[in-house]
Amino acid sequence: MTSLTKTPTPQDLPAVSDVPLTHGSLPRRAAPLTLLGSVLAGLLLFVLDWSPAWCALLAAAGYTLTVYLWSRRVEGSRKATDRVVTAIVTSAFLLALLPLVSVLITVVGKGLARFDATFFTNSMRGVVGEGGGVHHAIMGTLIITGLAALISVPVGILTAIYLVEYGRGRLARYITFFVDVMTGIPSIVAGLFAYALFELFYGPGVRMGIMGAVALSVLMIPIVVRATEEMLKLVPNELREAAFALAVPKWLTILKVVLPTALAGIATGVTLAIARVIGETAPLLIAVGITTGDNFDPFDGRMATLSVFSYYEYVSPGVPPEPSLDRAWSAAFLLIIIVMALNLVARLVSRLFAPKTRA
Amino acid sequence: MAKRLDVSDLDIYYDKFLAVQGVSMTIEPRSVTALIGPSGCGKSTFLRTLNRMHELVPNARVEGKVMMDEEDLYGPNVDPVRVRRHVGMVFQRPNPFPTMSVYDNVAAGLKLNNKRMKRSDMDELVERSLRSANLWDEVKDRLNRPGSGLSGGQQQRLCIARAIAVQPDVLLMDEPCSALDPISTGAIEDLIVELKRDYTIVIVTHNMQQAQRISDTTGFFNLKAIGEPGALVEIDATTKIFTNPGNTATEDYVSGRFG
Repeated sequence: MTSLTKTPTPQDLPAVSDVPLTHGSLPRRAAPLTLLGSVLAGLLLFVLDWSPAWCALLAAAGYTLTVYLWSRRVEGSRKATDRVVTAIVTSAFLLALLPLVSVLITVVGKGLARFDATFFTNSMRGVVGEGGGVHHAIMGTLIITGLAALISVPVGILTAIYLVEYGRGRLARYITFFVDVMTGIPSIVAGLFAYALFELFYGPGVRMGIMGAVALSVLMIPIVVRATEEMLKLVPNELREAAFALAVPKWLTILKVVLPTALAGIATGVTLAIARVIGETAPLLIAVGITTGDNFDPFDGRMATLSVFSYYEYVSPGVPPEPSLDRAWSAAFLLIIIVMALNLVARLVSRLFAPKTRA
Repeated sequence: MAKRLDVSDLDIYYDKFLAVQGVSMTIEPRSVTALIGPSGCGKSTFLRTLNRMHELVPNARVEGKVMMDEEDLYGPNVDPVRVRRHVGMVFQRPNPFPTMSVYDNVAAGLKLNNKRMKRSDMDELVERSLRSANLWDEVKDRLNRPGSGLSGGQQQRLCIARAIAVQPDVLLMDEPCSALDPISTGAIEDLIVELKRDYTIVIVTHNMQQAQRISDTTGFFNLKAIGEPGALVEIDATTKIFTNPGNTATEDYVSGRFG
């Protein structure tokens, strides 16, 4: 029995019969009503001309404190902590949602003004003041982003295949490290890189769509590598072994077993990577510039893109400025729609390509 | 079909770590050889050296000889992929390819290798393999459904069908029933006994009743001591191993008095 001396003696712990199976609980509507009260108090402060930020903060803090103290008295400390953490997590969620909602409301509200047929079919050639459209910028964005995807998807997927299936030792470690470094490159640096690279061949002042595509691929490749790498790692090793045991060589195993199994995830990752770079402004500002008319040849001169178009319409509006500002907002709204559509496509793609267990 | 394996003085390493030492055994064609022994003694490692799957682990290697009839599996210029063409394998957990249908899973050995075949020949091969695996009647109406939609026991028989569709000479099985219920296990045991008419079968199992039921020869692996490499203690006819083994460690293990 000597080994038991360190366990608490019965006197240290409450007798089991003293620990009831039930504990008190707040009235059913207590928490929602407290919340309502805090929100009303917050609104009252708002009416009294306090700043909205303070009102929300005080309402949240008031609710949390009231419920915590009340719950602690009635329900005990574990339940009270639970309620506090719930309140904090919910507040954090709402706080994170705030910028998104705010941006959406502003952009939709101001962007709808110019969502007409002219906006989608015309370019800005010869337009001063009202009218004009972004046809040239839509095409420019699609062409440049498409080229960027064309460059980065093969490079990214092949790099990920090397890292997961072949890479051992130093080279693989270096590649992983530099992919991480690339993830952190500021987008304007990517633009400067593309400019410097093409300046070597074409001399100073060169602007081309393909330069923008190169700049965007610098940003896109690490995202594709990362996403593909994670997906390839998720493919169970048993499937590779099953293929090897059937005398399938390694490259065919990767091509016909590993890649198809991971296809859904890879396609989703690629789509999200495109969505990530399609709204980039800074690198395109440097590498591609802007133009008012249609130029759909990425190897010849400046092109328009939605993000850069939006930027220029805002920083150098005409006189009066309103038509330019309207166009800027509408272009921004269109970009948001494209990004959202890409996200939806990504979800659809992952559902369509996912290995089916039942059919 | 059905070749003899002759292993002599095989040492198996993971990098510098000697995992299994000095295995010598003869595996007769058209028989079932069961490998038993405690976990971590190198049964599966040994099994994977018989089709050169062992060397898929980085820096893993072996020393010694594995003869398949007259050819050394570890001889110079031997292509591991071709070895695996002759020596098939079934794994512990059923692993049908999730992107493929039942049909494509059975045909995987050919399709993944880009082998062209007439549709009717392919159909016949798939049916024959599924029949040999006692699965045809259960799946003949859903050949185009995903293979991963089958039950665990059916999936394992699908994997066996996939392995025998390429008509190997030797079939290795690494605890093929350990993830299955008794009914499915029974089905697979019956299947193994049928398959030994055409194939040389080597099976690793933790279930000693299973070894008794299906095998002709049983090999007992054990660690020499803690921290020592695993080794083949004794190999003999199954009835002898389970009734009158030559080694006391074997007797302790098969009678449940191990340790």
